[in-house]
Amino acid sequence: MEIKKGIPVSPGIAIRRAFLLDTEGHQISKRFIKSGEVEAEIARFDAAIPRARREYEELRKESNPEIAQIFGFHQMMLEDPSMRDEVVRWIQESKFTPEYAVARTFHKKIKALQASRDEHIKLRHIDFHDVEQRLLKALAGGRAQDVRRLEEDVVLIAHDLTPSQTANLATTKVSGFATDAGGRTSHTAIVARALGIPAVVGLGNITSEVANGDLVILDGTHGKVIIQPDEETLREFRAKEKQFIEFERSLTELRHLPAETLDGHPLTLLANIEFPEEIATALENGAEGIGLYRTEFLYVTDPEPDEEVHFKAYRRGVEQLDGRPLVIRTLDLGADKFTEGVLPIEPNPFLGCRSIRLCFVRIDLFKAQLRAILRATAYGPIKIMLPMITSLSEVRKAKVIINDVMEDLHREKVPFEEDVEIGIMVEVPSAALIADFLAAEVDFFSIGTNDLVQYTLAVDRVNERVADLYQPAHPAILRLILQVIEAGRRHGIDVSMCGEMSGEVVYTIPLLGLGLKTFSISPGTIPEVKKVIRSITQKEAVQVVERIFTFSEAKQTDNYLREKAKRIIPQLF
Amino acid sequence: MEQPPGETEKVVERHVKLINKYGLHARPATLLAETANGFGAQITIRKDDQEVNAKSIFGIMMLAAESGSTLVIRAVGDDAGEAVASLEALINKKFNEE
Repeated sequence: MEIKKGIPVSPGIAIRRAFLLDTEGHQISKRFIKSGEVEAEIARFDAAIPRARREYEELRKESNPEIAQIFGFHQMMLEDPSMRDEVVRWIQESKFTPEYAVARTFHKKIKALQASRDEHIKLRHIDFHDVEQRLLKALAGGRAQDVRRLEEDVVLIAHDLTPSQTANLATTKVSGFATDAGGRTSHTAIVARALGIPAVVGLGNITSEVANGDLVILDGTHGKVIIQPDEETLREFRAKEKQFIEFERSLTELRHLPAETLDGHPLTLLANIEFPEEIATALENGAEGIGLYRTEFLYVTDPEPDEEVHFKAYRRGVEQLDGRPLVIRTLDLGADKFTEGVLPIEPNPFLGCRSIRLCFVRIDLFKAQLRAILRATAYGPIKIMLPMITSLSEVRKAKVIINDVMEDLHREKVPFEEDVEIGIMVEVPSAALIADFLAAEVDFFSIGTNDLVQYTLAVDRVNERVADLYQPAHPAILRLILQVIEAGRRHGIDVSMCGEMSGEVVYTIPLLGLGLKTFSISPGTIPEVKKVIRSITQKEAVQVVERIFTFSEAKQTDNYLREKAKRIIPQLF
Repeated sequence: MEQPPGETEKVVERHVKLINKYGLHARPATLLAETANGFGAQITIRKDDQEVNAKSIFGIMMLAAESGSTLVIRAVGDDAGEAVASLEALINKKFNEE
C-alpha cells in the first residue's frame, strides 16, 4: 500500500481501479513487479500470446494472400519460442512487467534490424513493431481499452488532462482524476468540479507508481491517493465514502429551498453553461437561470458561424429556461481560432486581438452572432454580455453595432426585444477601476474573476511555475471586487460574479459581505454554496469582510476563510 | 545450442549460398522457420560468426542475411539429414520466389 500526496482540487472519495493514460490518450503500464508476482505475470504473458495469435488468425482470413502471408509471418513471431524465452527471462531476472519485458525484447531486435544495410531486412522492423503492439494490446486485456468506451467505473490517472482528452471521456464511467501535474485552477480541476467528482493534481509521478487495474482510493478532499490499500484502510475509506454520499444527498435536499441568509437576505444563484443541454441539470441543482452562457463551443465546432446554428442554440436555451433569464456572452476567443482578418499567431494572445477586439475587426462575425441573439430574444428573456471590455469607448462602439443589427432586423420585419439588456464582463483591471463610468452606460456587470485575477496579479494560471501565485483572496482582488460592486450599487445596476471564485465555498461568505447579490456558478456547486448562504447572517458576512480587509497577505485571508467555511461545511475540508 | 552428438545422433552440416534476390527477408524467413519446425532435429543456421536457431523466426531475421551470403546449416538429431536437405533445397529453389 502506498500513499501519495497532492493538491486537492475537487472533494469526494472514489474507490476504483486505476486507468492510466499517456499523453496521447493511450494506456501505459509500469515497469517493475515484485518478486512474488513473477509467476502470475509470466502466466499473464503466456495467456496473452494465444489472444494475439487469434487476432492474426482473423486477420489472415480476411486478407488477400499477400497480406495474409505477412500476418503469417507475424504469427510465427508470436509462436517463436526464443521470443517467449527472452521475455520470460526479463520478467524472472529483472522483475520487469510483461509489458516492459516485451518492449525491451522487441526494441533490441528492432534496432538491430534498423542497422541493416539491406533495405528489405531493414523494413522488417515495421513488422516487429506491429507484433509488439499486438502483444501489448493482448496483455492489456483482450483489446486496448479506449478511454471513450470504458466498461467499468475507473479513476483516471494521467500526467495531465487536456481539454480535448476530457471532451472525449465517457464521463459517466470516470469516478475521479489524479494527475502528475496541475494546480488548483488547471483544466483537470475545473472539469472535475463541473462533473462533481473528486480530483487530486500535482502528485508528481503518480503515473509511474500506479499500474493499470490497481485498486486506488482517491481522496479529493484531502489530496491523497492510496494505491493498493490494505483491508483496514479500505474499510476506513468505504465509510468515508458513504458519509460523503450522504452529505451530497443532504445538499440536494436544499434544491428547492431559497438561497437566503439566516437573517432573510435573498441571493440569486445562477449557473454557468457551455451548451443548452446543460440547462436541465442546472435547474435540477437549483439554478434560477443562466448567468453565463459561454458561446465558444459554437465557434470551436465551426469558426465561421452559421447564424442559424447559433440562433437555434440560443432559442433552445431560452425555451428550456421557460421564462428564467439567459445571459449570453458574445465571442470570447482569440484570433488563433479564425483564419482571416487578423494574424493568427500573436506573441501575447492574452493581451492581443481577442474577444470584443476581434469582434471589432471581424464585424461580420460579431453581427452574425448579434443577429442570432436578438432573434432569440423574441422567445424569452435574454441579456447580451460583452467580454474583455477595457474602456467606455468599446461599450459605445459595440452599442452602435448592435443598433445597426437592430435596424437590419427591423427592416427585415424580424421580431426581437428592443429593450434587450446589454451588460459587460468586468475582467480587466482597467474596467474595474473605471467601474463608475461604465456602470452609467451598461445594464449590468458580471465580474469575471478568472481573468481578473490573472491580469491583476500578472499570473498565467495554467503555468505550473507560477500557478500558486494565482490568489483570488489577494487584497488587490478583494478591493477591486468591492469597487465594482459599489459602482454597480450606486448606479442601480445588477452585479453578478461568474468566475470560479463565486463557486468556491471558501469565498461565499466574503462575497456576501462585499455585497454580491448574484452568483453565477458551475451547476454542481450550487447546492454547497447555497448551504453556506443559508448558514450565516449578512451581518456576520460583513464582519468577516471587515476583518479580512485588514490582512495584507492572501495567505492570511485564505487561512481565516478556510476556518470559517470549515465550521459550516466540514465535509468539504 | 551446441550439443556434442551422442552415439546415435547424426550431425549434418552444409554450406549453402543465398541466391534469391532479396535475401532472408520476411517471406523466406517464414518458410525457412516453418520448414525447420517440421523436423525433430536441432537445427542452426550460421552466417559469419552469428549462429541462430533455425526454428526461430526472430533468430533468422536477426541474421539479416543478404543475397549472396553463405549460410552454414547444421542439424543434430535423427532426421538431421532430411532436415538439412530440405532446407538446402528450399534455399536453392530461391524459396519459390522467382
